[in-house]
Amino acid sequence: MKYLGLYNYWVFALLLMIGLYAVIAKPNLVKKLLGLSIFQSAVFLLFISMGKVEGGTAPIIQHGGEPQIFSNPLPHVLILTAIVVGISTIALGLAITVRIREAFGTVEENEIQLQDRDR
Amino acid sequence: MITAFGFVLLTLLVVTAIAIVVTPNLFVAVMLMSIFSLLMAATFFLLDAADVALTEAAIGAGMSTILFLGALALIAEREARARARRSWLPLAVIALTAFTLIFATFDKPRLGDPAAPVHQHIAPWYLEQTPVLMEMSNVVTAVLASFRAYDTLGEVLVILTAGLGVMLILSSGRPDSSRQRRATGGLRHHLVPRVVGQLLIPFIVLFGLYLQFHGEYGPGGGFQAGAIIAVGIVLHALLEGEAAGRAILPVSVLVGLIAGGALLFSAVGFAGMLLGGNFLDYSVLSANPVAGQQLGIHLIEVGVGITVAATLVAAFHAFADREPAA
Repeated sequence: MKYLGLYNYWVFALLLMIGLYAVIAKPNLVKKLLGLSIFQSAVFLLFISMGKVEGGTAPIIQHGGEPQIFSNPLPHVLILTAIVVGISTIALGLAITVRIREAFGTVEENEIQLQDRDR
Repeated sequence: MITAFGFVLLTLLVVTAIAIVVTPNLFVAVMLMSIFSLLMAATFFLLDAADVALTEAAIGAGMSTILFLGALALIAEREARARARRSWLPLAVIALTAFTLIFATFDKPRLGDPAAPVHQHIAPWYLEQTPVLMEMSNVVTAVLASFRAYDTLGEVLVILTAGLGVMLILSSGRPDSSRQRRATGGLRHHLVPRVVGQLLIPFIVLFGLYLQFHGEYGPGGGFQAGAIIAVGIVLHALLEGEAAGRAILPVSVLVGLIAGGALLFSAVGFAGMLLGGNFLDYSVLSANPVAGQQLGIHLIEVGVGITVAATLVAAFHAFADREPAA
């Protein structure tokens, strides 16, 4: 039972590595960006998992009820904004990828490097 | 029961992530990424992060998929087949790192441990002071918009910069009129998506506005509302075609909105300074500090919502309007 409480962190580690693999091993730039998204989501999962409190509920205070336990609101704030920043930076990455494709006719990293060497 | 559901979701996340990396078809990968985000949103919800789940569902499963598809339309749908030379080095690196990371988790407090160090620092103070200082229910909104407003302002500026970057990189530099427009009729000839989509748009936008103005009392706030309103506007453009989408919100207006939202945020900060407080201290905005806090939070949330929505719509237009390379 002790180890079941660590499952979220193991999934975090696996997702982080799956994302990293796509970034370092796949030559396709779009695939790299997808890998980066997975990597990012893994970090989000780590933060949100750490914010969970047993028997807690979402940190929205209700008046007049029984005293409640709340999960930690701070990781929620950090990740909430990070998700929106994440999509903006991914959009920027995609825009650069589109321009690379127009300039080189490909988005495969090895082919781009070959062309670049010949210039 | 809920715990078991959580385990299934987490396992599915790993399976989906592996499928995304393995599949050679990028269209399939993007669709799987959408499913991945939806699973992630459900996981966040189980972990009590209602606000984060909303954002992830709207951004990850909605906007991000549309932007990836918009980019794929300009790139190529399939990955080039990797030639036989396969390096074991990346696999070895990630296996080693995964092992190290998992080894490190044995020192972490188990999930939900109330005695974990992360719950001892400032979080209890936020939970205690939010009802006192601003009389608000949603602690996440209070921390985001008031206690850590500097942080949020910085992030809004990052979004603004990224949005302007996308528009600058993808704008062709030619005036609109001299260009042969791609005849994009949207889904006008597909009856079912069009009728269903048009029925949904008002409700999506209404829900976005509800989140915007109800974020103090329930899950919601500028980031979620901005994303959901952007999805509604983009859906309209998808159904009616790019030109019709631009007609209701021209890019010049969008640029103004992107900058205007960030300006509104900063202006609220400077207003506090002019009234004798610190930057982004809302207590001085009104004679009653609690009312001042609420006013400030409302205003900056509106600024955040405007910038986020306009940035996402502008990024969509930047991709949708670009002509594919020959």
